Amino acid sequence: MSSINDRPLSRRTALKFGLGVTAMPFLAGSLSGCQGASTSGGGDFTFISTQFTPIEEKQRYEKILSTHVKDFKIAYNSMTAGEVVTQVSAQVKANKVSIGLVGGLHGDLATLADNLEDLDTVKSQLSSAGISDDLWSLATLGGSTVKYIPWMQATYVVAAHKSTLAYLPSGADQNKLTYDQYLQWAINARKATGKAVFGFPAGPKGLYHRFFQGFLLPSFTGGQVTGFASADAVTAWKYMKELWANMNPASTNYDNLQEPMARGEVLVGWDHVARLVNAPKDKPDDWVMLPSPTGPKGQGYMLVVAGFGVPRGADLDQATKVMTALSQLPAQAETLRQNAFFPVVKGELPTDLPPAVSLEAKAVGAQQNASNAIVAVPPVGLGKRDGEVSQVYKDCFAQICKDGKEPAAVLGAQAKILQGILDQAQVPCWTPDKAVAGQTCSVA
Amino acid sequence: MSTLAPSRTEQSDDVPVDLRPLRRLKRNRLLLQLACVAVSLFMVVPFYLIAVAAFSSPAAMNEFPLRFLPTAFSVETMSTFLSSTGVGAGLINSLIVAVGTLALSLVVGAPAGYAIARYAFKGRDQYQLFLLFTRALPIVVLSVPLAELFLNVGMYDTPLAVVLLHTALTLPTTILVTASVFLAVPVDVEEAARIFGCGPLGAFGRVVLPLALPGISAASIFTFVLSWNEVLGATILTLNQRTLPATVLSSLSDSPLTFRFAGGFFLIVPALIFIAVMRKYLINMWGTTIR
Amino acid sequence: MTRTQLVREGKRGGRASRSRRLSPALLLISPSIILMLLLFAWPMVAGILQAFQSPDGLGLDHLERMVGDGQFGPAVRNTLLLIVVLLPVQFVLAIVMALLLHQRPKGHGLYFYLWAVPIAVSDLAAGLVWLAIFTDNGYLNSALSTIGVGPVSWLSYTNPTSQFTAILVAELWRATSLVMVIVVSGLQGIPKDYDEAANVFGATYWTRLRHVWLPLLKPSLQVALILRTILAFQTFAVAQALTGQDFPLLVGETYRFYTALQNPNVASALALVVMFVSMAAAFLYLRVLRDGTEGAAR
Repeated sequence: MSSINDRPLSRRTALKFGLGVTAMPFLAGSLSGCQGASTSGGGDFTFISTQFTPIEEKQRYEKILSTHVKDFKIAYNSMTAGEVVTQVSAQVKANKVSIGLVGGLHGDLATLADNLEDLDTVKSQLSSAGISDDLWSLATLGGSTVKYIPWMQATYVVAAHKSTLAYLPSGADQNKLTYDQYLQWAINARKATGKAVFGFPAGPKGLYHRFFQGFLLPSFTGGQVTGFASADAVTAWKYMKELWANMNPASTNYDNLQEPMARGEVLVGWDHVARLVNAPKDKPDDWVMLPSPTGPKGQGYMLVVAGFGVPRGADLDQATKVMTALSQLPAQAETLRQNAFFPVVKGELPTDLPPAVSLEAKAVGAQQNASNAIVAVPPVGLGKRDGEVSQVYKDCFAQICKDGKEPAAVLGAQAKILQGILDQAQVPCWTPDKAVAGQTCSVA
Repeated sequence: MSTLAPSRTEQSDDVPVDLRPLRRLKRNRLLLQLACVAVSLFMVVPFYLIAVAAFSSPAAMNEFPLRFLPTAFSVETMSTFLSSTGVGAGLINSLIVAVGTLALSLVVGAPAGYAIARYAFKGRDQYQLFLLFTRALPIVVLSVPLAELFLNVGMYDTPLAVVLLHTALTLPTTILVTASVFLAVPVDVEEAARIFGCGPLGAFGRVVLPLALPGISAASIFTFVLSWNEVLGATILTLNQRTLPATVLSSLSDSPLTFRFAGGFFLIVPALIFIAVMRKYLINMWGTTIR
Repeated sequence: MTRTQLVREGKRGGRASRSRRLSPALLLISPSIILMLLLFAWPMVAGILQAFQSPDGLGLDHLERMVGDGQFGPAVRNTLLLIVVLLPVQFVLAIVMALLLHQRPKGHGLYFYLWAVPIAVSDLAAGLVWLAIFTDNGYLNSALSTIGVGPVSWLSYTNPTSQFTAILVAELWRATSLVMVIVVSGLQGIPKDYDEAANVFGATYWTRLRHVWLPLLKPSLQVALILRTILAFQTFAVAQALTGQDFPLLVGETYRFYTALQNPNVASALALVVMFVSMAAAFLYLRVLRDGTEGAAR
């Protein structure tokens, strides 16, 4: 039987195996005695950020950092918002801060408000850059001092494949669509092509709640929080239900629309400019970018702001040098050219933009300069509760559009939850709702 | 399949040969192969698709129907992925961490597994439940306290910190799997070795260890792979000295589809090599009769 | 040093050496206990307390919030449904796979390797590959289109059955190998003599399976069952990749509350639910299966 041969063999292998196992701790010991290898390019200034996580965007931004920040070599670490919060709050709590600068969206930084230095001195040093007062007031995160320095901005637009323009309802101006025309367009396209070609970024990481907060509700009710459960809001959500019925049901899996657009699953859709920019990349002539539609109360649109924060206990002088360097127009213009985020500082946009970005720049310009524009910003001063407010809008969508519940009832129930969060945070309203200092925002 | 043994009986020439058992044997062997091939297809096809997608041009991934053969072969995505900052260093760190975790968890875990199998000590069940305790709680809720702990003892952002955490995470697997195998090694064998003059360590090393080798290598596969693929712990305990998944995963999950496949494929390969090495120890003693 | 101190020291030393003599087991398990306690004792206390912290001391506010959340009910239901359906299928498949290998078909070494491949794949990568298969313009619809069928929206929320099936298939692929490897390593230890003896007495394949292999495999199966159940409660990446938020699982909700909603308190409460249920399952397995093993061995 083979076992007779197996015996010495397996014993020998066992012995080798055992030797290997006993040798390993020594190997591991000698390895961990020395430091591990640096995975962020060996920089001497650590900049962590929730932005530019995709590989190519990150590579391009690292290049921008190395050409525009001369004083140090920056280790740029992009990670998820949750990781950034964990890292910064753990370091501040343990009073051992090795992070020099935190970059993130307004909402990301709002979560960290308690862990960030006041930056009023940096604001005064940057007074010549021409950053708008609106942005500076956002940057206070509801307090009295500036908590972050505006870094770059963006918004959301509609991208459409040119083949779908044939389905526009008659008499519609593609650059001045109303919400009703947008819906009719979706219905026409679905009937003509036999499938729903309109998409919606309603995946787990999708930004669809910003559509309700910054586009649909301001356009229908004139507000984001006030009038949350009003008759106008019921009309808005009834509209949304109908629009959703004409959208690709796979949308609940889309974190961005540029990928389903590149695959041809989606031909028209609203999303963040940085999440649409790759759709027209290969064939820019096939695509158009349109401003968002107009509703009964005007053309609502949401501003996306990203900023720099400095963790408490970090070297403020070094951080100031980096922030100042990145607030210069050339660095900001290069960020637009490479990664489709718009400058926050004053100055002419470069003329040599890539085709996809220049399509977007036109739509963004039209949106900003519209006479009936209603600017909305993400929740201000809610700090950690920012995500919970977004969840209220997401739940409205899930219950009204997906589960088919009665809008008025859903809005009534969700309004109570929203009011509960606002009461606990005791924040005044924010744009487009009227802010009254010292008075807690109210949904009614 | 049950006809294996009887069919070996010899047939003499003048007796009419009954071919039925032989035919049944052949049929069974064929069915066995068919079943094995079917399972293999289920297991390998998704992996094959990752490989094809990883080496396809981005445009090919947007076509419909998708290609099942690598006819749009391209190393463009893969080379962009490999040239991004931190991939090489992340690979080194991941190897350090995985090997360190493997060694530490075997050194700490295998004796404990032996204890569970051999000694009916008081509190054995409680001990096993205690081990499982740490695996049963989603450690995401421990992120900040864990990071603080390592910051305070000055081990934050070192591979050693990740090794310690990974060891703690893999210990339950290591201990329980090795225990289940030590349990199968009869005590008599060990006692016999002791009678013939082996010390307790000698008996363990010469008799128990070889018999328990399959289980130990199974445990080491799980340990290595868990450490290799673990993201959460590695991301909260390190910043500039990350393991490979911690370095690339957040970028990957937001990157275009082809990058996710290229990264996914690249992350799988080292674990596959390790399993290939360990496989030898796992299945070289089918139906042993050493006892 | 004072006298009392000396006495106390002496006593302590004496007790320590006596207990060491008494229990070599304690010596063998102590490194693991020390490591776990050093690493987790404090974070565990801090983490678990989070669930009960309220503005005025301790309270159950966060548990109420958790139970009141609209996703909580579905998450509990989905988690239990997935585990109850998945684990039996998975164990049958894994045991069949191990028994196929036990017959030593030609190329069994290669087969074993191929079947172990999914172990190397992280849950994130597994979610990715199965998404590529089931998505609208994915591999499955590509294959179907060549025979003129489809396309079918497998992952649409309007089709919960196909959604669940997709998750089930993906999880079956991802995690069956782990069980298979444990069972195979357990089968390795079964002496051939037992099997041959059974054969001599004319036992059929099924009899040998029921009365020889399965009883001897019990320790391995017990361990596989405990580990798989605990790990099954911990994974959500595949379900999330395939269905977004349409198929919420408890541990996915824990992550959502911790990261997206920045509410570590409710996240801790959810984590405690996950821990409690998995520990209860592990406890049950240890009790039920241990008694069986000891009966079978004698």
